[in-house]
Amino acid sequence: MVDTKEIKIKNLKELSKQKERLAPGHRMCPGCGAAIIARMIMHSTENEIVVANATGCLEVSTTIYPYTSWRVPWIHNAFENAAATLSGVETAFRSLKKKNKTKKDIKFLAFGGDGGTYDIGLQSLSAALERGHDFVYVCYDNEAYMNTGIQRSSATPYGASTKTDPAGKVRPGKLEFKKDLMEVVAGHGIPYLAQASPHNWADLMKKAKKAFETPGPAFLLVLSPCIPGWGMPNNKTIEIAKLAVDTNFWPLYEIEKGKYTLNYDPKDKAKPIIEWLKSQNRFKHLLLPKNSSMIQTIQDHADKKMNYLRMRANEK
Amino acid sequence: MSKTKIDRTPLSGAESVAQAMRQINPEVVAAYPITPQTGIMHAFTAFVNDGDVDTEMIRVESEHSAMSATLGASAAGVRAITATSSNGLALMHEIVYIAASTRLPIVMPVVNRALSGPINIHCDHSDTMAERDSGWVQIYCENNQEAYEMTLLAIRLAEHKDILLPVMVCQDGFITSHGVEGVKLYKDSIVKKFLGKYKPKHPLLDTKNPITIGPLDFYDYYFEHKRQQSEAIHNVRKVFPKLVKEFKKISGKDYGFIESYMMDDAKEAIVVMSSSAGTTKEVVDRLRKEGRKVGMVKIRMFRPFPISEIKEVLKGVDIVAVLDRVESFGAVGGPLFNEIRSSLYDYNNKPKIVNYVFGLGGRSYTPELGRQVFDEISKDKNSKDYEHNLVRYLVVRN
Repeated sequence: MVDTKEIKIKNLKELSKQKERLAPGHRMCPGCGAAIIARMIMHSTENEIVVANATGCLEVSTTIYPYTSWRVPWIHNAFENAAATLSGVETAFRSLKKKNKTKKDIKFLAFGGDGGTYDIGLQSLSAALERGHDFVYVCYDNEAYMNTGIQRSSATPYGASTKTDPAGKVRPGKLEFKKDLMEVVAGHGIPYLAQASPHNWADLMKKAKKAFETPGPAFLLVLSPCIPGWGMPNNKTIEIAKLAVDTNFWPLYEIEKGKYTLNYDPKDKAKPIIEWLKSQNRFKHLLLPKNSSMIQTIQDHADKKMNYLRMRANEK
Repeated sequence: MSKTKIDRTPLSGAESVAQAMRQINPEVVAAYPITPQTGIMHAFTAFVNDGDVDTEMIRVESEHSAMSATLGASAAGVRAITATSSNGLALMHEIVYIAASTRLPIVMPVVNRALSGPINIHCDHSDTMAERDSGWVQIYCENNQEAYEMTLLAIRLAEHKDILLPVMVCQDGFITSHGVEGVKLYKDSIVKKFLGKYKPKHPLLDTKNPITIGPLDFYDYYFEHKRQQSEAIHNVRKVFPKLVKEFKKISGKDYGFIESYMMDDAKEAIVVMSSSAGTTKEVVDRLRKEGRKVGMVKIRMFRPFPISEIKEVLKGVDIVAVLDRVESFGAVGGPLFNEIRSSLYDYNNKPKIVNYVFGLGGRSYTPELGRQVFDEISKDKNSKDYEHNLVRYLVVRN
């Protein structure tokens, strides 16, 4: 296993000269995390790529007919089947390869939001992982159904207010914890999966490069700040993504052949979780005195997860 | 020892389709089990695992993914097939519609089975009739030979440049799929030549010319795309006869959109689809011996609907009984009845027409029931108030 830190990627100057695969002029919100993530991931391989996109913000905002922002082959089928669709594309390629009808070395990449991955697309993703197709599945996780107008998903964190579970007089938003998708995916025994954040571009791109170079399925879970959904200024995307990591809300880690590696641990310099909560309107109601215990619950949950990851990372 | 050369192989309807698939040798096949389709994939995956074909199988976790993966493979630029029945087709529905809208030449054998609920595994047409407006070409086969040949023809039809649409090749669950008949298989080399090579115009895997498939399409273009799709399915009217002519050199058969049986001088007729056509032919033969001028029309292609052929064949008929193997809840009669009744609207001397819903959930359609239909419409012919009993149920308890 190669240490992800040691993976060579281009420097910023070199990257700035690389051909854009997602053209400007798309209709994603200013400051949207997903567009940044998509660009960085596609920049992390020089191979030819074919992209499948689940229905969601990234899909609708980049392909308004007759325009497209995609300078690579791209397919959208429906909401819940990006992994199944890409399975078909990848299998077709494998068949042509077997018959010596192509000499190309194409990498296959899927993008899905949290709705399309944690919820409606989980079944087709699970099966595609089990079958072992050679592709990279990226979930850009903005923690709710943002494309349809900010509804609760199983990726929405405890305490967040959404349009289908708003902070009300008797129920203060979501009371269930976010699904631990990394553990769900890890349960498939795939060779490589990692959690990343767009603020640490080098870490994200190294992980993406590793994912592309891993034979078989690889999975990346990337936190994707959402300007309208999270209630945050559109020039704070990277800062807020960083805050998620610095408060241990979103640890950077990877699981390679079952081995956990914590890519960053703020240790005793970790910021209190309230810093993260204060940065977004979706958590605003948690600052009311009546909800103060919820902040402690969120802190405890983050601490517990971080301790679990430290423990797993220390396994020989 | 007999020297008579037997040129037919005993095969079930499911195995007949699997033989067609072996000869097609598609690059990708996605499969998910559902009774009674399973016979097709059992036979086909044996070909795969014995190396008789070089197909890559995707053994998916649901029919929704079966159609999704087939769509992905077809978009990538290869021949791709899946097969299903009943609830499996219903689960696919979303992607069935997208496959046609994406103009992908997917071929899907469907073994007709009643939709749940209540759950039932036997034949009726509720599954494919629910997809009749999905944009797929729909072919209904009477027997194993036809299922085999139509699967081969479907490939050429789907891939024709003026069509580029998916095709469903339907056969009756158990009755056809599990019934064994002697099937004449054509030589692999001859079939291979007929099928030719698939050359997609805009494959997704063409990384030099990247295309975007499945974009967001609003009110400024969506309507035009639907209109184009509609024209494409109507092009089947022009293309299918040409393909049949070419295929005739192999099969010797003149496959029409419909098949007329003893219709030249018929005054009373049954219109029916799939395996029930075989039963009805037997009834017609028996009644003809009794001197009755009866005939049968089989609808081979339901989409696009063969309106001109129907108008022509039913012109001189006094009364027509349309047999629908599906209930269309809340409608006035079944889907076949409505199509045929609408086709005849423009005639001044149109035949009387009644509808029989029959065979739901696999209930048998016997020659006796066919005779009963002819006997009833024979009386209705001179009745003025037959319209009060327009839609009937063929043997159902009250």
